[in-house]
Amino acid sequence: MKLKPGAIADSHTSHGNLTGSWRTFKPVYKQKDCTGCKLCVINCPEGCVFEVEDRKYTCNLKYCKGCGICAVECHVNDIEMILEDK
Amino acid sequence: MKTFIEGSRAVADAVTVCRPKVISAYPITPQTHIVEELAKIVANGKVKAEFVNVESEFSAASVVLGSCATGARSYTATTAQGLFLMAEVLFNISGMRLPIVMTCANRAVSAPINIWNDQQDSLSMRDSGWIQLYAEDNQEALDMHLQAYKIGENKGVLLPVMVCMDGFILTHSYEPVELISQEDADRFLPSYQPEDYLNPDNPVTMGAMVGPEAYMETRYLMQEAMENSVKVIEDVANEFNNQFGRYYGGLIDTYKLEDAETVIVSLGSVLGTVKDAVDSLREKGEKVGVLKVRSFRPFPKDAICEALKGAKKVHVLEKAVSIGMGGIVSSEIKAAFCGKTGVPEIVGSIIGLGGRDITVETIIGILNGSGDSSYDQFIDIKKELVEDPEPSDEAVAANA
Amino acid sequence: MIKDNLFDCGHTACLGCGEALAAKRVLQVAGKDVITTDATGCLEVFTTRYPETSWGVPFIHSLFENSAAVASGIEAALKALGKADEVKVLAQGGDGGTADIGLQALSGMFERGHDVLYVCYDNEAYMNTGVQRSGLTPFDTATATSPAGKYSWGNEHRKKDIPAIAAAHGIPYVATSSVAFPRDIENKVKKALSITGPKYIQIHVPCPLGWRSKPENTIKIAMLAVKTGLFPIYEIENGDLTGVRKVSEPVPVEEYLKLQGRFAHLFKKDGGKDEIKKIQELADRNIKKFRLN
Repeated sequence: MKLKPGAIADSHTSHGNLTGSWRTFKPVYKQKDCTGCKLCVINCPEGCVFEVEDRKYTCNLKYCKGCGICAVECHVNDIEMILEDK
Repeated sequence: MKTFIEGSRAVADAVTVCRPKVISAYPITPQTHIVEELAKIVANGKVKAEFVNVESEFSAASVVLGSCATGARSYTATTAQGLFLMAEVLFNISGMRLPIVMTCANRAVSAPINIWNDQQDSLSMRDSGWIQLYAEDNQEALDMHLQAYKIGENKGVLLPVMVCMDGFILTHSYEPVELISQEDADRFLPSYQPEDYLNPDNPVTMGAMVGPEAYMETRYLMQEAMENSVKVIEDVANEFNNQFGRYYGGLIDTYKLEDAETVIVSLGSVLGTVKDAVDSLREKGEKVGVLKVRSFRPFPKDAICEALKGAKKVHVLEKAVSIGMGGIVSSEIKAAFCGKTGVPEIVGSIIGLGGRDITVETIIGILNGSGDSSYDQFIDIKKELVEDPEPSDEAVAANA
Repeated sequence: MIKDNLFDCGHTACLGCGEALAAKRVLQVAGKDVITTDATGCLEVFTTRYPETSWGVPFIHSLFENSAAVASGIEAALKALGKADEVKVLAQGGDGGTADIGLQALSGMFERGHDVLYVCYDNEAYMNTGVQRSGLTPFDTATATSPAGKYSWGNEHRKKDIPAIAAAHGIPYVATSSVAFPRDIENKVKKALSITGPKYIQIHVPCPLGWRSKPENTIKIAMLAVKTGLFPIYEIENGDLTGVRKVSEPVPVEEYLKLQGRFAHLFKKDGGKDEIKKIQELADRNIKKFRLN
């Protein structure tokens, strides 16, 4: 694709970069004791945690880098970080 | 109808009829009269523009970068130290392909501090990716601003344009000039309509980080745009001539060059003096002529070689020096001739630095070879300022 | 393609990056009718790796020191084009780009009264170039250019008080915030954008790489910076302190320092206790000055 003058980039183009490949530990959303506080959504630097249904959250492993903030911030320990077997 | 007006004010008037939306500048001699006049014009509502008084030239260049990227035609002006403070932004503006127009009121560069004219400032910004045009007189300077926007905003070019006019010699001199009416300007210069700009309805990212996989191509495309501008500069000069009946050359211009054996090449206001010298030598039957370089970037290699191919000797008057190499323009002309046959003898003559007067007599001396050439390419060097004094007889005796 | 997202996945910030999290939050609140600038630094690098970009709003990065000046130009253009009522301008920079190399441009933007919200993501060092000290690096922090050693406790200088410098310009709104308090960021960005004129918000954002902390502890550490009093959260409106986040029972600074490798020397070297005492005094001074408890 020819460069635009000034190497202007079109928006919404970083989705192709699947940062999930960086991960060592992966979050497991147990969806057991979730209170629906959304701290996991709010505190995800990737913005890849989402609501599946009421009080059930999960994350998009295509982008999750496995930082573990969601697991630390979850008040009810409903998210567990496990070593990923790739 | 001609108006008797100072060069700076004529330029401010020309910028006004280009309908800039944002003007930003920081005061520096000898650019001040241009931006003072523009501030007054904006204050009086003659043009609907934002005039942003910044805290440095760095911010002046950054403000017009931001405004041009938002789709607003933008203008700034500076000189010498201010131009150098802008240097980082200048490369950024051209890399982002923003067709800003800036006046450079050419001035010497510090140290030692010197506010008078030469062209060391703009010539040192040679590689910044800006188109550089040099005006010979005030009429050309004011006309050049309309041409500059039209050249820079051309879709095949999209590069910033620096209009260079000699500080004081042009900026502060009064000459009768034809000012341009708003109606005529609008007919010549369409409004600025960029394809991509900062706009929430169609968001784009400007200034992304480009790695080894594409950086070279950004530079190739800038070089290609500069090459495209060669034709655009000529076309715009002709369009201007068609509408206004004024023509100063496109990339170059010539004066009594057809049969000239000895030619003077130069840029800017000194050409007026050069033409006087040539006229007086022509009266004596000497075959001398003039080549004016109007565009320094893009450098008109082909046009210059074609124009000089019949000459035997070419003197390039240089108001700047690349210390450690010599004349800048003469080096480039020599490079342009490289590999060609029938190359004239090309000599650089460094002259007029820091505002030193350039007289008709000096130029005649250069042309007929009677001038002093004992200081490399430097013309009219004052011996007592560069050489140790002769020791006195007493001192010689004492040491004996 | 998720068109409504303003800060997309696929950016290349490090694990647990506080700056990415804060920038995402700011943008969510600012909404789509905003033009953003950013100084050179991590944020620009990890979001705009050509040909990709994570920005769903118009974004421009020019240089390190001119984010505020470029934003000034954008605002002037919007005014001249008659779009100033519809589009807001958000300028961004890290602590170095804001407090050091970009301070002159920032001061100019404040003084000229541009209608721009400037957000400084403060991670307390030049992280993008490999953790060198900046004017916002705290006292006794070990960085690449202020290492701890036999004769050094790390950075000798205190954090430059940029919010006070901003407020001294007489601008209508100055605030600090922290990535640990997303609702606080939301309220402040909303409030700032409702005010005409220059606004400044400095958001404390841990950098796991530079602070040598665990990525999962980013929020925890940011929270402790506030709860110890080391990073006070407050608002200054038209020169008056109008709001603070109370710290009812201040936590001793050790609790904050011990989670970060950049302060590890304070716990290993003889005399470290005295240095920690000095840091505690800085926290206590903040608590007193801003009446945090």
